[in-house]
Amino acid sequence: MAPHARKFGSLPPTGGAHVSLGRPGGDMTMPNRAPFIIRFFTAMPKTGWLGLSAFAALALVLLPALHLLVPEGNPLHVSGYVITVGGKIMCYAIVAVAMDLIWGYAGILSLGHGLFFALGGYCFGQYLMRQIGHDGAYHADLPDFMVFLDWKSLPWYWVGSDSFAFALIKVLVLPALVALIFGFFAFRSRIKGVYFSIITQALTFAAMLLFFRNETGFGGNNGFTDFKRILGYGITTPGMRVTLFGLSAVALMLTLLLGRYLTTSKFGRVLTAIRDAESRVMFIGYNPLHYKLAIWTLSAMLCGIAGALYVPQVGIINPGEMSAANSIEIAIWVAVGGRATLIGPVIGAAVVNLSKSFFTQAFPDYWLFFLGALFVAVTLWLPDGVVGLWRKLRGSKA
Amino acid sequence: MKHVLVALILACLTLCASAALDPLLVRQLAAEDSDEKIAAIEALAKSGDPEAVAILKQLDEGTLKDEQGEDITINNRVRGKIAEAMAALRLFDPDKGARLVAVKELLANIDPGMAPMLAKAREHEGEPSIKALLDQAYALATIRAADPAARLAAVKALATSGDANVRTLLLDYYWNKTAEPDLAIRRAAFASYLEVQQRIEIADLVGKVFSGLSLGSILLLAALGLAITYGVMGVINMAHGELLMIGAYATYAMQGLFRAHLPGYVDWYVLAAVPVAFFAAATVGILLERTVIRRLYGRPLETLLATWGLSLILIQAARVFFGAQNVEVANPTWMSGGIEVLPSIVLPLNRIVIIGFSLFVLSLVWVLMNKTRVGLFVRAVTQNRPMAGCVGVPTSRVDTLAFGLGAGIAGLGGVALSQIANVGPDMGQGYIVDSFLVVVVGGVGQLAGAVWAALGLGVIAKFLEGWTGAVIAKIAVLVFVIIFIQKRPQGIFALKGRFVEN
Repeated sequence: MAPHARKFGSLPPTGGAHVSLGRPGGDMTMPNRAPFIIRFFTAMPKTGWLGLSAFAALALVLLPALHLLVPEGNPLHVSGYVITVGGKIMCYAIVAVAMDLIWGYAGILSLGHGLFFALGGYCFGQYLMRQIGHDGAYHADLPDFMVFLDWKSLPWYWVGSDSFAFALIKVLVLPALVALIFGFFAFRSRIKGVYFSIITQALTFAAMLLFFRNETGFGGNNGFTDFKRILGYGITTPGMRVTLFGLSAVALMLTLLLGRYLTTSKFGRVLTAIRDAESRVMFIGYNPLHYKLAIWTLSAMLCGIAGALYVPQVGIINPGEMSAANSIEIAIWVAVGGRATLIGPVIGAAVVNLSKSFFTQAFPDYWLFFLGALFVAVTLWLPDGVVGLWRKLRGSKA
Repeated sequence: MKHVLVALILACLTLCASAALDPLLVRQLAAEDSDEKIAAIEALAKSGDPEAVAILKQLDEGTLKDEQGEDITINNRVRGKIAEAMAALRLFDPDKGARLVAVKELLANIDPGMAPMLAKAREHEGEPSIKALLDQAYALATIRAADPAARLAAVKALATSGDANVRTLLLDYYWNKTAEPDLAIRRAAFASYLEVQQRIEIADLVGKVFSGLSLGSILLLAALGLAITYGVMGVINMAHGELLMIGAYATYAMQGLFRAHLPGYVDWYVLAAVPVAFFAAATVGILLERTVIRRLYGRPLETLLATWGLSLILIQAARVFFGAQNVEVANPTWMSGGIEVLPSIVLPLNRIVIIGFSLFVLSLVWVLMNKTRVGLFVRAVTQNRPMAGCVGVPTSRVDTLAFGLGAGIAGLGGVALSQIANVGPDMGQGYIVDSFLVVVVGGVGQLAGAVWAALGLGVIAKFLEGWTGAVIAKIAVLVFVIIFIQKRPQGIFALKGRFVEN
């Protein structure tokens, strides 16, 4: 990785050096700091706001209007397929930004982000399964696969799954909790580099095996599918489709704002310092554990949200989402777009997934060759991704 | 109609000029009534005459004709009796193997009526292993005999069994007071039960340790190469599993070559596959190192991604060349079958050969690493690359060599794997995590560590599988490894010396 020249000059060490300020423990807050909400929105530069506004106009106004208001058959009509694919890619983009936060900025390569994505999806999927109600194949109280297994009542981890609010809480909390526990043990014993990557892959693999079992109670091989409605509204109606699309767009924009805020904050600068020279950061008095754990957990949480938005749009969640290949693909989206930039992962997720849809339809035999070559080519010749390439071509400072 | 004679039998009798078979019995086989037929079959079985086998066989196949030349028809009940009778008759077969099969067949469903015939077979039997089985069969047949002495002898004889069915039978025998009023015999039954139980437990243990060792030796072959490359270059080659696959496909190709050109030596294709697989995988490995991995030096995470990409390409290439379906690799005859340690436990020969093979590879690697100049260089670069470079070790050439060696060993692992698992494009995918766990537990750059870790993880996994099922066992092993790293981040055998992190 090319060493990034960052200025650490303004970073105060933790400890007693700032007691003279007269505020014990206040060394992390400056006297005249603006409120969080202001800082959150002002971290984004003007060009960024311009891009976000354009994106908002497109995703929240133009495309929904063209889908809902323009009749089918009209050349301006945007089909449901486009809306679904667009929503799907925005979910992937959120995952990519989440991955970038820990890989691009903190230097931790996770090969297990598919797990958090799938966990979020499964949490929301539980709610969707309960919303099917009596419309399943067996017209029973329980989800079809439980009837099939001859279960008489819901297992304990399905309690409350018919509540929308509880589903949202689970989506936010469960992936984060798993990440927190795993991250605590991993970072505490200073597992890093390839060790950490492979351990995350093993974790995801184990989880996949667990979810493949029918007895685990998540539909085994088939996972959850055949959803009918959310909050009583039909899931395949154009209105619902556009709503989910819009929600994904909003979530993506908020993720980008959060990413910008974090990476320009002191917290973000400590993270990049940890990435570039962890021992030195420790020598000047920071404990990398807290920083790594915080960004790791946050990243998992973002993945969970993306998963929850993804499942109702594609209409299925199964353990395949946790396969090693899926998780590694997330890394390649980030690498293609450009690490340690926020727009890069979004571009990467879009480019790779659009070419995937193209290749798997046009040349199904060559997709793996292309993907494999992409992995090799990007790591060899495009270490900073397309964003880096563009910057280089424009001759501006990286 | 009832008055029948079997033409074929008569012909046979005259030809052989042996009047040992009772013609009346043979005639009775054509009786209309099934019960009469069965009585005749049982009588034939008891005669212990080898010729009866031929007749019964014809009767079973429906080629036996009565006097009028009409087929003798039989129903399923008769058919079942014929099978039993034939097994009983084959106890007197001159061929040892046939007798063994016959006695095993009989052991599955013994009834008291067979006792006299079994006693006769026991007297005739010269082969000790078959005689032991016949003793068992006789004991099972006489366990409900009227004579208490015979029952006691039967119960005592069953103590040498290793069969789970015999175990439950003996326990039932002990508890069932109405069927066996004699306390002494029931006590003897319990004593025998304990002996059988112990034998089964030992067999179980042996079986688990054996399958653990067998899994461990595969893990070892997969992990050895990874341990070398990770130790030397600090990178994880995610295409390592695909090098296993190349080894396995090389074995497949050799099998095809031998079948086409050297059909007389097909059994030895595995031996020819060993060097071929080694060099095929090593060549691919060196190619990968020279073209990709070398350029990513010092960027281990990117190497991870790039080698993953390479693995995708190799998998797809295998699909294009060999098809997406699994291919068939057959065990050579000298590797099929197994060694029977106890009646309930057979150790498959192919797995024994693989354990031996991995020991052989291990000793080769040990010699290479510890007794040759190249090995010295490899160890030097593993311990301290800049220092090794300073004293004149050609580090970049060592990298290539080490990578080729690691890849070659993976190819050898592929040969072993092809003998016990499916050979297909995806076969290598699952091994990278397992072999990495072995490297982590064993300690980087430690041959001894890799050996202990591979065998240990293999045995632990197999024992856990017995208790919890395969999936939970896998998760438990993973959790164990994570906890293990908490305690010993450097593995079982940490390199001693000073290291700089980052």
